[in-house]
Amino acid sequence: MPLRSLLAVAVAAAGMSAGAAQAETLNIVSWGGAYTDSQNKAYHEPWEEKSGDTVVNIDKSSNALSGLRAQVQAGNVTWDLVDMLPSDALIACSEGLIEPLDPDTLFAAAPDGTPASEDFIENSLSECFVPQIVYSNIVAFNTEMFPEDKQPDSIDDVFNLEEFPGKRALQKKPINNMEWALVADGVAPEDVYEMLDSEEGIERAFAKLDTIKDSVIWWEEGAQPPQLLADKEVAFASAYNGRIFDAEVNEKQPFSIVWDAQVFELDGWVVPTGKLDKVKDYLMFATDTQRLADQAKYISYGPARTSSAALVSTHADTGIDMKPHMPTYGPNFATAIPKDDEFWADNLDELSQRFNAWLAR
Amino acid sequence: MSDSSAPATSGSAAHDPNGAPGAALTTADGVPLKQSLNRAIRRSRIKALLLVAPLLVFIGLAFVMPIFDMLSRSVDNPEVSTYLPRTSEVLVDWDGEGLPEEAAYAALAQDLAAGLKERNLGRVASRLNYEKSGMRSLFMKSARRAGRMEAPYKAALIKADEDWEDPDIWRLIKRESSPLTASYYLAAVDRQFSPTGEIVEKPEYLQIHVSLFIRTFWMSAAITGLCLLLAYPVAWLLATLPASRGNLLMILVLLPFWTSLLVRTTTWIAILQQQGVLNDMLVGVGILAEEARIQMIYNKTGTIIAMTHILLPFMILPLYSVMKTIPPSYMHAARSLGAGPITAFRRVYFPQTLPGIGAGSILVFILSIGYYITPALVGGQSGRFITNFIAYHMQTSLNWGLAAAIGSILLVVVILFYLVYNRLIGVDKVKLG
Repeated sequence: MPLRSLLAVAVAAAGMSAGAAQAETLNIVSWGGAYTDSQNKAYHEPWEEKSGDTVVNIDKSSNALSGLRAQVQAGNVTWDLVDMLPSDALIACSEGLIEPLDPDTLFAAAPDGTPASEDFIENSLSECFVPQIVYSNIVAFNTEMFPEDKQPDSIDDVFNLEEFPGKRALQKKPINNMEWALVADGVAPEDVYEMLDSEEGIERAFAKLDTIKDSVIWWEEGAQPPQLLADKEVAFASAYNGRIFDAEVNEKQPFSIVWDAQVFELDGWVVPTGKLDKVKDYLMFATDTQRLADQAKYISYGPARTSSAALVSTHADTGIDMKPHMPTYGPNFATAIPKDDEFWADNLDELSQRFNAWLAR
Repeated sequence: MSDSSAPATSGSAAHDPNGAPGAALTTADGVPLKQSLNRAIRRSRIKALLLVAPLLVFIGLAFVMPIFDMLSRSVDNPEVSTYLPRTSEVLVDWDGEGLPEEAAYAALAQDLAAGLKERNLGRVASRLNYEKSGMRSLFMKSARRAGRMEAPYKAALIKADEDWEDPDIWRLIKRESSPLTASYYLAAVDRQFSPTGEIVEKPEYLQIHVSLFIRTFWMSAAITGLCLLLAYPVAWLLATLPASRGNLLMILVLLPFWTSLLVRTTTWIAILQQQGVLNDMLVGVGILAEEARIQMIYNKTGTIIAMTHILLPFMILPLYSVMKTIPPSYMHAARSLGAGPITAFRRVYFPQTLPGIGAGSILVFILSIGYYITPALVGGQSGRFITNFIAYHMQTSLNWGLAAAIGSILLVVVILFYLVYNRLIGVDKVKLG
């Protein structure tokens, strides 16, 4: 069979040339938009230059868990590295979809020699997850929608339709909205999850959300809230703080962030099962101190390594000081709520169902 | 290929020693005619089959298999029996009264420790968390301690988490350890098993699917009705205008039809939103006050407007193809025999267009209950379809069993509509231009 032997030769040749050049194509899954841009500049482009690899960006992180499950069940995993929330990583890890990661052999030590396991933010590393950034869910508003002497500055204002009229764009899921509703209803940020864990708390949160329900547009993709704000379709929008920063700085939009009761959490890398060898070198490169600090030059997300935080300075293009835009900056952080992953792992199914039923009524 | 016995009989005829002429006709090379014919027929059948084989394989792979997979997934329940093998075996003998024996606790402790090590415990935890909130952390927390537990396991597990003292949790594990489950179908119609195993309604604040099914059907019916209302005159114009102008109108119908669905949907957003073109115009000419801009999108109105526009050609084309075949002389005859225009239309023209109405309506209706991108983009909270929930359960809640159950119900409903349609009008009447 000449055709078959020809194919065999071709395949062997392709294999050899790949082996010789060591150049790989890395399929990296992330969130898209301004966030992927910052990863491109801080990690992917320097890595491509250094190693000759090609990085392919796939904007699927909002459905990463379902994608991983489908690929593992089909026995054909095409993703090499996935950017994920720690709560999803916990689930993926317990289902064997992703590799356990040993911090001290896989990630570089800090420049002063502190091992990686002690350099990342406390309790941020989990069995299968390595964080890159601290980001925050905030509410932002279009400053042109309110008189100059009366700009909103607390989460209560989001729920105050009389003094701050206009539509609100909120993410179509219970997470964050329930927390904010309770804070606006007078619950202290540190008691929010204890309150939510009771029937009374859930009802209270929904009752508070009821007060603005008719004025809410529900969004599902991270790119929507800046768009809705820019169109003045809404006065307020919940969003990831980096997207708002990006629109403010790169597109000169008149946005401002209400830092009150920000719900912050981490975001980072997980490795699909069987892909560890392929991405090992990249992972070592992309989790070192300098690289994490670099990302903070492009987007206002705080680096997840203590040693990187000191290196954060100014925005790469405009030169503005990044510190006041970081979720962890003192005044911004005063009333911050750490997202409770365990609470949501347990209650997301039921509260989502309840939230959807509430939406439909 | 069905008559494989035929060559055998003709073969025996060929070997008949007294082969009289007429008993077995043969071809030039001595093969009996019947056998030769059968061969020829078989050959042409195989050829025909080979020609359609790619399509058959494609339909099998892309259509039949996924549907079969969906149907089986809607009742498939492998998690508990696969990943808690010892526990589910012990629980077979448990009568569901009170708490199970020490043996069940010991088996559970073993399963938990093994599941944590093999990293597949999360699948059971996710599965049971669909049935009862809090099961995930109960499992994961207990599993982390199970490795160090010692007999008596009953006391040890209850010490790890007092929920293990709750008989309902054990009944849940026992119920879900059977390899097939009705839970997903129950959840799809807002019902659930009570702790004692009876089928009960979910609490009202969790009920969502039934109302969404109903909304999907009535909105689809409304869209179908609107399409019919708008399409009928257009199709009539198309069928009666002289060819030159008729063609221009046809292009106006087809051009949007060929434009991407996404483009048309997002265009409607630009037109209908509160700061959009239409509201701006209304405010500009003074019909609306600046504060009184109308909310025309992100609600039912948005879904109905956008989907009517998108599905309109599917109504126009079947109507047009039927109207084209109605000779104008029928209407002339009716009028000349004294019928008024309305009577002539009602008794002569309209009945003849019924096949077109039927074909267009069933097409638009079935297409519209399956739509999900458009409702997702312009439907807001009140204009979403049940299909959006299938997507939601596939991608966000990851409850694929529930998605499969909802999908199966939708499939059955579509098939029912199709059968009713076939009974009333007949599928052979469907024409698409």
